[in-house]
Amino acid sequence: MSVLDHNAVDINPRISEAEVGDYIALLKPRVMSLVIFTALVGMAMAPGHFHWVLAITSLLCIAVGAGASGALNMALEGDIDAKMSRTANRPIPRGRITRGEAMAFGLTLSFFSVMTLGILVNWIAGALLAFTIFFYVVIYTMGLKRWTAQNIVIGGAAGALPPVVAWAAVTGSVDVEPLLLFAIIFFWTPPHFWALALFRSDDYARAGIPMLPNVAGPDATRLQILLYTIVLIAVAAAPWALGYFDAVYGVVSLILGAGMLVLAINVYMRRTRAASLRATRKLFAFSILYLFALFATLLAEVVFRALAPMVGGA
Amino acid sequence: MIAAMADKPERDGIVLTEAQKKSRRQRSVAIALALGVLVVLFFAVTMVKGPAVLVRPM
Repeated sequence: MSVLDHNAVDINPRISEAEVGDYIALLKPRVMSLVIFTALVGMAMAPGHFHWVLAITSLLCIAVGAGASGALNMALEGDIDAKMSRTANRPIPRGRITRGEAMAFGLTLSFFSVMTLGILVNWIAGALLAFTIFFYVVIYTMGLKRWTAQNIVIGGAAGALPPVVAWAAVTGSVDVEPLLLFAIIFFWTPPHFWALALFRSDDYARAGIPMLPNVAGPDATRLQILLYTIVLIAVAAAPWALGYFDAVYGVVSLILGAGMLVLAINVYMRRTRAASLRATRKLFAFSILYLFALFATLLAEVVFRALAPMVGGA
Repeated sequence: MIAAMADKPERDGIVLTEAQKKSRRQRSVAIALALGVLVVLFFAVTMVKGPAVLVRPM
């Protein structure tokens, strides 16, 4: 007699063959690198001394928190990812990792990143990181993305928060300067993602995601890209206009902004299939360079300010 | 009853393939490294914030 019901026991359980690289892919390393960079700028701008050990700890926690958001996003969107050519190669659609494994991985990393930042640095930063993960996973991924064409506009707040978290790690508070960085990333997100959505609209339509080109049409999207780009240029110049940064940053932001504007006008004007495709791809690629260059200029100016007294005193 | 059990063919249980063994080893090493980093991080920050060993005036 057996006390075990052998029919209830899976005698062929799934044994994972997932390698470390598959789990790293779940963290969306490219997004993570941009998060680390923007957080670094927020941290460098913050006033006061911050020990390098705490700086590394904070950046590591922010990076892991961002990666955890990516893993949870992939766990929740396995069905969508399988339908889109851009994401079909991710670990879950490829069958390397199950959605449950990705969910467990993401939740574990979320817990450790938030608790570590809270315990080792401060709880304001920890709470902000927890809110960032919550906003990206619950508000954006589970709610907005499948529900409204304004998904990436509101959801962009999650991607814009890392410099605020980093500032809070240093100061234990939030001020105007990190909120300016937040605003720059927030208004950069729509032109960036709508450019992508324009040349990937078939992908999004197949997956049933209500991106703006599929809901309002390509022409309305082109107009929105242009309008958001104009707002972005003004917001990006604000750190200079409000006196936080000097003319070097102001001039660089306006030159980069002019580049974005030219490409956004190009997207607005060119509506035939091939020309439109080229224009949107150019805008998408340049928008990444734009954000990187803008934040690199901010970082360079902060570093220059810190080094100037030493060079002057030497 | 014992005789009946002895008559049953012995089951090997789950035998991992080489690929499964390799990936499991890789994952175990990664987890160990991550835990090691966490320990070092907590130790280093305790030194900085707690006893303030690493905090010295310039």
